[in-house]
Amino acid sequence: MEKPLTRDPGFWIMVGIGLALLVLGPIFIDMFTIMQITQYVVLSVFALSLAYIWGFGGILSFGQAAFFGLGAYTFAVSSISIGDTTLPLVLSFAIPAAFGVALGYFMFYGKLSDVYLGVVTMVVTLIFWKLANHTAGPEYSIAGVRLGGFNGIPSIPTINFPGQPDAWLDPAQLFRFFMAVLVVVYVVLRILIASDFGRISIGIRENETRAALLGYDIRRHKVIVFALGSGIAGLSGAMWATYQSFIDPNAFSMEMSAKALIWVMAGGVGTLLGPILGVIGLQWLTLKLGMMELLNSLVVLGAIMMVLVLALPKGLVPTVKSACLAGWALWRRGRGVSASAKKVTSDD
Amino acid sequence: MDYAVIVALEMIRAVAWLVLLAAGLAIIFGMMRVINFAHGEFLMLGGYTVVVSTGAGVNEWFAILVLAPLVVGIFGVIVERLVIRQLYGRMLDSLLATWGLSMLMIGGVTLIFGNTVQGVATPFGGVRIGSYQMPVYNFVLIFFAAAILLAVWAVLKFTRVGLIARATMQNPNMAEALGIRTTWVYMATFGIGSAVTGLAGGLLAPVTGVVPTMGASLVGQSFITVITGGAAVITGTLSSATVLGSISQATTFWAGPVYGDAALLVVALILLRILPQGITGRIFKRAL
Repeated sequence: MEKPLTRDPGFWIMVGIGLALLVLGPIFIDMFTIMQITQYVVLSVFALSLAYIWGFGGILSFGQAAFFGLGAYTFAVSSISIGDTTLPLVLSFAIPAAFGVALGYFMFYGKLSDVYLGVVTMVVTLIFWKLANHTAGPEYSIAGVRLGGFNGIPSIPTINFPGQPDAWLDPAQLFRFFMAVLVVVYVVLRILIASDFGRISIGIRENETRAALLGYDIRRHKVIVFALGSGIAGLSGAMWATYQSFIDPNAFSMEMSAKALIWVMAGGVGTLLGPILGVIGLQWLTLKLGMMELLNSLVVLGAIMMVLVLALPKGLVPTVKSACLAGWALWRRGRGVSASAKKVTSDD
Repeated sequence: MDYAVIVALEMIRAVAWLVLLAAGLAIIFGMMRVINFAHGEFLMLGGYTVVVSTGAGVNEWFAILVLAPLVVGIFGVIVERLVIRQLYGRMLDSLLATWGLSMLMIGGVTLIFGNTVQGVATPFGGVRIGSYQMPVYNFVLIFFAAAILLAVWAVLKFTRVGLIARATMQNPNMAEALGIRTTWVYMATFGIGSAVTGLAGGLLAPVTGVVPTMGASLVGQSFITVITGGAAVITGTLSSATVLGSISQATTFWAGPVYGDAALLVVALILLRILPQGITGRIFKRAL
């Protein structure tokens, strides 16, 4: 029914663009812009984590920031105390993923409905945010690293070459590394979605009862999808922490979760490209509007979110895509009609 | 002995606190199966109504008991008309839309009033219980929590309006076939739920202080209470508030308020693992 991944031109185009940016970007683009794009790359990984679990697993998590923040704090604490950043990167995937398994167990084996799921994931985020804000005193330290409460953790190290704690990546190398992470995450997710496992996920998204009746363990399946999304969100949190070399409890904020939702909604649920475009568009927009100082970012985000839900429920990419397809069909039909009209005249 | 009394009173206060936070949300959820993600900001709006009107010289009690519910209730009706109505039957979309509304409200209020805490004087002083001191206002909170639940119960049970509301809750299609305009019922429900939330926001303002982001620190408790309670408005809210309130208060005594919140969530998760539809999904099924 569907084309295999290797014969999908869109997939190769995306990977090609990603690799081209990776190789050529730092050569042709000035450093300031590269650092700006690095930010988009990090947030794109975060957006992909939600795009996967929502669009291809049917799990609408309102608390993606919980895992983002958990990954960021994991990276901050472990990289400062270890001194090398290789293991911390792995941990910042593994610990949020493990937490995702634990939370997912309660939510999916309890068979919570969509609304309850949304509320529970949101409340988890709120409580992380509260706890992180509360850790100001010196007694709140892990492995000698103070969590710092609302002041956050400063001087988080930049990524270094494995095993060489002093060989930090320069901004161009950091950009290339993050771009590589983005491409790898994208490719892994595409392969996963095209695999049997991914097909079952989509089947569950479409009709849980039917998938269960066909003999699939939907609860276990959803826990795996959720945990994978959590791990990717955690990884993006770690990238964010090292990019900013600073992290504070706002990583756990509702605003962060909401942004992820808006990117995915704007780009379109059920695509991976859309949310990346959503990141670029929305970050650019908030940057421009933030300069006006008239509106604060929350007003802008809230308004965009309401407009998206009320006016563009399918998101931009699917809307534009279906508009293009409709236009294409119209054009084809126009040609088809004229061709058959010719035929009629020739028959005469 | 004194200590036991104090602990017991604190427990009751914690339960009353959760009832106040959750009652408005529970009314809306019970009737419409809609979770209002801007609930915390509705509380905040109630708080600001009290701050602004007492600043303008209005009597504090009048502001809390009349103006706050009125303003937030009217705001709720407007929101229902403009947003919620468009999204009936699309529950997740209504969550997303009200979340957008919540951010819009936080941002808007920050623009108008600034991001500073505005205090409201706590009425009454303290009362001595043996060697301990307790604010009289705690009893006010307990009284109003009980009053709200009683009032909602009486209206649902004994009035014609309550009958229509219960009918719509049980079977909206049948109610419509019998000539009830369910859209009006929903609008009224959302308005009343918002008004109760506004009242709660006004009542809590002297305790919490009023700040644009106050919703975020309160709303978690409201949501947990409502989803743990399940769909039955009165029984659900009361039973979950009792369970969660006493446990979180016990944890707070033992480890501090932040952990009280975390304990609340853990207990709620375990409860939901056993009773996915909330307490009233399995027990007290036919209760109000």
